[in-house]
Amino acid sequence: MAIVSLVVELKDKPGQLAKVIEPVSKYKGNIISIVHRREEISEGKVPVEISIEIDEKNVKKLLENIKSKGITIKRFNESRLTSTTSVVLIGHIIHTDLSSTIDAVDKTGFAEVVEMHISMPCLNKPSTAMVTISAIGDEELKKAMENLKAVCKKKGIIMIEPLEPE
Amino acid sequence: MYMIKLAIFGFGAVGRGVAKILIDKERIRRLIGEYTVVAIADSKGAIISDSIDLKKALEIKNKEGSLPERLTVDEIIDSVDFDVALELTPTNIKTGEPGLTHIKKCLKKGCHVVTSNKGPLVVAYKELMKLAEKNNVKLMFEATVGGAMPVIKLIKRDLAGNNIISIKGILNGTCNYILSKMEKEKLPYDVVLSEAKELGIAEANESYDVEGIDSAAKLVILANALMNMDVKFDDVEIVGITKITPEAFEIAMEKGYTIRLIAEVNEQTLKVGPRLVSLNNPLCIHGTLNAVLIKTDLAKEVFVIGRGAGSIETASAVISDLAEIYSCEVNK
Ligand SMILES: NC(=O)c1ccc[n+]([C@@H]2O[C@H](COP(=O)([O-])OP(=O)(O)OC[C@H]3O[C@@H](n4cnc5c(N)ncnc54)[C@H](OP(=O)(O)O)[C@@H]3O)[C@@H](O)[C@H]2O)c1
Repeated sequence: MAIVSLVVELKDKPGQLAKVIEPVSKYKGNIISIVHRREEISEGKVPVEISIEIDEKNVKKLLENIKSKGITIKRFNESRLTSTTSVVLIGHIIHTDLSSTIDAVDKTGFAEVVEMHISMPCLNKPSTAMVTISAIGDEELKKAMENLKAVCKKKGIIMIEPLEPE
Repeated sequence: MYMIKLAIFGFGAVGRGVAKILIDKERIRRLIGEYTVVAIADSKGAIISDSIDLKKALEIKNKEGSLPERLTVDEIIDSVDFDVALELTPTNIKTGEPGLTHIKKCLKKGCHVVTSNKGPLVVAYKELMKLAEKNNVKLMFEATVGGAMPVIKLIKRDLAGNNIISIKGILNGTCNYILSKMEKEKLPYDVVLSEAKELGIAEANESYDVEGIDSAAKLVILANALMNMDVKFDDVEIVGITKITPEAFEIAMEKGYTIRLIAEVNEQTLKVGPRLVSLNNPLCIHGTLNAVLIKTDLAKEVFVIGRGAGSIETASAVISDLAEIYSCEVNK
């Protein structure tokens, strides 16, 4: 799932919002918020900002469908990384090629290591790291975690996952 | 008035705890009616009598170390008449023995069994349940998971009608003691472990606990008994706590987490391992306590916490099972 927010221009008369809501439900999106920016009315048109949670596969089709109803999309942005979790790694993280461990997540294309905090007690002792991973959706996050877990297992690194999703 | 005849197999911490409670006739009579203990056995000997004096039996065990009559449990099952066996011998999760043979023989003979021994249930849950049903007797095992903490009957009886979606639990007090101590005092694993051994919280051979084996055995029982699964010990993904560093607690804390050994079962998961537990999560418990967070479709979340071990504490669960067997009859 992705969260997209768009600003559309609607004529200031009844029945206009339906033209946007209809395609959203058609593509199984979930409306998170709708804000009418009445103070910005110009030439009889109101800018309306809508946030939608929707399957990334459907984003393009949704935008096209809205446009086909004669509605102008003034702005559109997709916040890509919506799911985040942190895991603790314990083991010889540095000596086992750290970058290839991180690649297990980064190379997926749908997830990234966005934060890392390593603590090394002393030489040759196992080190401990907190790694924060973000992905474009929950399913993708799960897959990235599975990749990371497989790599860690091969390298003898313990991965401690959260009990509940963040 | 019918006189219920009990046999106690295994006279260690739990067996003796049970005997101490059974001395209190008034307490137990209210639950099950008239009763008497007709056999007690340990690994080397036994006491057999129509009405065993439990105080004396405890004295003999304390003084002599073992019971006097040269009889094995197998011989007792073959030759002594009893209604309920309390099977309290040591756990072996590979073979289930000696408890497995004891329980099978008792069920076949038409006797109820109450046990605190995980081994037989981990090895042969389905088989034993079928055997009990076929012989129209009960096999009760509240004490096998979470000691005194009610879990099995709580879910089977008090949450009857619910589908259990997931169970997450802290099922090993030794591990929880070590981890919560590491968290508080910022000490390395080895130091806390030796301290736990000195205090008698960890056993001399700690591997059964700290490698997650004990928790995994309990998880298998929960999955099979309460979630209608058919899983084996080898199906559990197990990681122990021996490699956890003090630094792990420090950096976890920065994100509002601590670390606990969690046993978890749901439709996709059957695992025991260290997990990041939010400081707000009810499972963020300290010391030797056990706890279980149950998620069901009707009741939603239910949380239980209690003592997972101890002689009298575990005996409490054995007694409650005994009461359950006779509950219908007493209420009549
Ligand atoms: N202790 C707890 O807090 C706790 C909590 C939950 C569950 N449990 C479970 O409850 C069971 C008993 O625990 P425990 O702490 O009482 O253990 P324990 O102190 O070691 O006692 C075990 C008893 O079983 C006897 N025994 C061993 N082999 C036997 C055999 N073949 N036939 C007859 N008796 C035999 C032992 O005899 P000897 O006295 O001659 O050695 C001893 O009396 C175990 O399965 C354990 O996992 C214990």
